[in-house]
Amino acid sequence: MNHDTAPLWGMMAEFDNVSDTLAAAEKTRDAGFKHWDTHTPFPVHGLCDAMGMRDTRLPWVVLTAGITGALFGLALQYFTNAVDYPFVISGKPLFSLPANIPVVFECTILFAALTAFKAMLVANRLPQHHRPLFKKERFRRATQDRFFIVIEAADPKFDADRTRAFLESLGGLSVEEVEDR
Amino acid sequence: MHTHLIDITKEKRFLGSLGQRLTLGGGVAGIVGLAVSFGLASTSEDGIHRLWWSYLHNWTFFLTIALGALFFVLVEHLAKAGWSVVLRRLSEGVSMTLVLLAILFVPLIFGLHDLYHWLHADLVAQDHVLQHKASYLNQTFFLVRVAVYFLFWIGAAFLMHRNSVKQDQSGDHLLTGKMEALSAPFMMIFALTTTFASFDLLMSLDPHWFSTIFGVYFFAGSFMSFLAFLSVIIVGLQRSGRLTGAITDQHLHDVGKFLFAMLVFWAYIAFSQYLLIWYGNLPEETGWYLRRQTGTWSSLGIVMIFGHFLIPFLFLLSRHIKRRPLLLSLGALWLLVMHWLDLYWLIMPEYDHALTAIPFSLLDLSCLVGIGGFFIAAWAWFLRRCSLIAEKDPRLAESLTFENA
Repeated sequence: MNHDTAPLWGMMAEFDNVSDTLAAAEKTRDAGFKHWDTHTPFPVHGLCDAMGMRDTRLPWVVLTAGITGALFGLALQYFTNAVDYPFVISGKPLFSLPANIPVVFECTILFAALTAFKAMLVANRLPQHHRPLFKKERFRRATQDRFFIVIEAADPKFDADRTRAFLESLGGLSVEEVEDR
Repeated sequence: MHTHLIDITKEKRFLGSLGQRLTLGGGVAGIVGLAVSFGLASTSEDGIHRLWWSYLHNWTFFLTIALGALFFVLVEHLAKAGWSVVLRRLSEGVSMTLVLLAILFVPLIFGLHDLYHWLHADLVAQDHVLQHKASYLNQTFFLVRVAVYFLFWIGAAFLMHRNSVKQDQSGDHLLTGKMEALSAPFMMIFALTTTFASFDLLMSLDPHWFSTIFGVYFFAGSFMSFLAFLSVIIVGLQRSGRLTGAITDQHLHDVGKFLFAMLVFWAYIAFSQYLLIWYGNLPEETGWYLRRQTGTWSSLGIVMIFGHFLIPFLFLLSRHIKRRPLLLSLGALWLLVMHWLDLYWLIMPEYDHALTAIPFSLLDLSCLVGIGGFFIAAWAWFLRRCSLIAEKDPRLAESLTFENA
């Protein structure tokens, strides 16, 4: 393997505890980086604030999908029962709301849940079958006992030397380059 | 950890003078409210008869809140919940008001004849259905059952509260294990007693009608109204400077989520009951709904659909509202009003089947003030000496640092 020929993909700093990671994330946020992420072996409370993450817009997408589902369920039953194939069932009107509520409810949930799942994946750009980070030997411990802050080379403020110096100033265990391979 | 554990000993965590004011003010409101009710009733024709209905309605309103509290205490022990430890003492206080409600049931014994027409021997003599039900629906068995319900409810509330307060002193973790072990059988008995209490106290107002889901409906409104009441007392206490650090927007958010879930659950159960009866269209079941769809009663039903479900559903949907004390308590107050109207809708159409207009009366409000005053007073009285937090609960630290994902 030749490390020198592969283009630089990013820079990663390694930490071994939560409070250092949170402090480092706050500094990275304040330094104005945009394309960066924190990797932890378990959910860390307060990390979203420390990273300065915006509120997710997912609820609005899910709400829209839910309303769409409700209207779809209602229209479906109106069309099938009252227009396309009118059929009197147990003496009720062809289009009667109480009988339609269960399907409207189920369609609301179906649309909202599937949309939430799909939109979450899209918003997080998942699934990613390949990520250069996974080739790093050290990064494997991100699922065990180590915390990582990774700044991508795609970030407008990224500069190999200055970003390395910045990450080293955060006081982690190590700073390594991540090659795009 | 990054998050700092707050020092609860620096927190204002006793009711103190506020408790005295609440006990005194509540007691005065209670006496005045009930005295005014009695005065109004005795000076109007048929007033005493009407008074019993208002009394039952408002007594049930507070009973549901207290039962919701008992459920909350039990379910948190049962699930070994960590997040809610800071809310438990406040809830224990609410569940202890069952003692007061048992006392306030005593006058009702004299009004049973005005409320339950299965107690009228002449009516039963002409009624085949009631004769069949007489082995269950008779005065002695009814009173024995109510006594058993209250014996269990008060016993459960008392055991949970006493052990929890004991732990404040000793810090004995075994007490937590004991309460958790008790909560499992208690929960089963709670389910049975509340279901049968709803049958006996409310469903038997129309002894011909039956709905197997009625107990769940009663429970849904009960737990929802308790969560609404809890939100209001949390916000109230924090405005008085108490528990400002221990209870955070994270706890409010979770109470709000619970409240939201239960208002949806209420709607789900209410609709389930309606759908089956509407579809089946059997006269012995539909009569109950027919009365509630006649005259002005039907508008109260519409108020339920929008006011008890759709409007608060949209209002409490957003996390930003659930995390803001003022907005959450506003939604909670709204839902308390709706729960009060929901019970009105359950009870009052049975007052007089010939009436098609809602028989609103000043008695409904004076009884609310009267029983409500005593209710607040009892809550403050039961918490007069102990801390408002379960101080040495083994999961307190977890609760204090709790954060939603």
